[in-house]
Amino acid sequence: MSTPDIAWLLTATALVLFMTLPGLALFYGGLVRAKNILSVLMQCMAIAAVISVLWVFVGYSVAFGDSPNPFWGGVGKAMLTSIERSPADGSTTELLTVLFQMTFAIITPALIIGAIVERVRFSFVIMFSALWMILVYAPVAHWVWGGGILSSDSPWGFMAGIGVQDLAGGVVVHVTAGVAALVLAAMLGARPGFPSGVRPPHQPALVMIGAAMLWVGWFGFNGGSPGAANNDAVSAVLVTHLSAAAACVTWSLWERIRFGKPSLIGIATGMVAGLASITPASGHVGPMGALIIGAVAGVLCQEMINFVKHAFKLDDSLDVFAVHGVGGIWGTLMLPFLAAETLGGAGLGDVSAVEQFVVQLAGVLIVGAFTLVATLILVVICRAAVGMRSSEEDITEGLDLSDHGERAYDFT
Amino acid sequence: MKMIVAVIRPHSLDAVRTAVGEMGVEGMTVTEVKGYGRQKGHTEIYRGAEYQIDFVPKLRVEIAVAGDRASAIVDAIAGATRTGKIGDGKIFVMGLDDVVRVRTAEHGVDAL
Repeated sequence: MSTPDIAWLLTATALVLFMTLPGLALFYGGLVRAKNILSVLMQCMAIAAVISVLWVFVGYSVAFGDSPNPFWGGVGKAMLTSIERSPADGSTTELLTVLFQMTFAIITPALIIGAIVERVRFSFVIMFSALWMILVYAPVAHWVWGGGILSSDSPWGFMAGIGVQDLAGGVVVHVTAGVAALVLAAMLGARPGFPSGVRPPHQPALVMIGAAMLWVGWFGFNGGSPGAANNDAVSAVLVTHLSAAAACVTWSLWERIRFGKPSLIGIATGMVAGLASITPASGHVGPMGALIIGAVAGVLCQEMINFVKHAFKLDDSLDVFAVHGVGGIWGTLMLPFLAAETLGGAGLGDVSAVEQFVVQLAGVLIVGAFTLVATLILVVICRAAVGMRSSEEDITEGLDLSDHGERAYDFT
Repeated sequence: MKMIVAVIRPHSLDAVRTAVGEMGVEGMTVTEVKGYGRQKGHTEIYRGAEYQIDFVPKLRVEIAVAGDRASAIVDAIAGATRTGKIGDGKIFVMGLDDVVRVRTAEHGVDAL
């Protein structure tokens, strides 16, 4: 790896951390009520801290360790003590991968909390996020990115040589977060008054500010994932931007058609849907593919929000599954068809689109099923250990005061 | 003396202040309040979900006046804030036993 590559990866690392702190925190914080914003900001910041520590303890090793086991990376790189700071052969230290990937391990559990805000106990959030990162996120990262069962090194015949194509985490980040969000929302129960009686978001301006930070940060998320300052990175940043822009446009148009007014929260949410959708495909599709993925995501994810609320009757409060999960699945499944060189994409090499699609679909289903079961088990354990739902009194008073002893807005 | 309490549309505050100012009113107190009347509320839509807003934001304006001027000032407030649509607000007039200007300790009409 050249010095410019290292410089870009360090920059991209900062951009991805910026997505969580404060991008996602503000995006979520503005969507809750005034009495709960601090709890959301606190959860995001605490997750960033706890996950960082656990990542170097064991998370990185589980995800990217060198164990020959295709299901996890083992504990050979636990505590990072076996990783050279300055390799004798002059190559770039693996610590760069530790660092860059750490920011992905942070944002994934932080995304999930959108499903459970305004009624979940802080201690549950921390315990669950810690265990979930090590036991769900890190193994899945190994399967797709670390040479595991869903990669081209898979021991499974239909995967071998093909592998799930997921540049920056449509499956690893967004499918896992989206499915976990549904499980948590179902196990936790709805906010009082759901669906008709809950109060609207308290500060749409913060939602826009946070979303805008996510947009910029996503350049590092997808643009850093090729692992070098090269043409692939340039293309990834461009398609990322275009998908977000297209989704903003279609989300707003669809809102205008359906409800009469294009809203700020709508366009900001559409933007996130476009970004989540392009994430897996950003290494393969070209500009035209990105516009298609984003444009459809702006309508698809918007419709899925109501589907989750009314058909599933789940209070996935900030629509993690509908926006991130569905977006990630959409991009993952469309990648084989939009990667074509005639659309400006990188192509699929010797693999046909249908073959690749089967592998993509299998990846989504396997990861989705594993996440569902593993999350369910973790919720049961954490709920027994520290409790899950705040008391009705605390929920009414607001988690800012009940869990943290602070209030966001004091007008006296 | 009378205390006039007017609950008005937020955007009509400047018009009310100008109207009563021209009639020599020397002070008022304004509070942001929420409530409902015949206007009920309205719905807001976020991410496709309808939220019923039951309490509508209003301003509550309090003005203390000499008893013989109350009726004219009430008319001025009503004239300044009226749009003719549901939600224009209400004006309450009630008796006022005493007023004290804290700086000088004056009482009654002299303190207005």
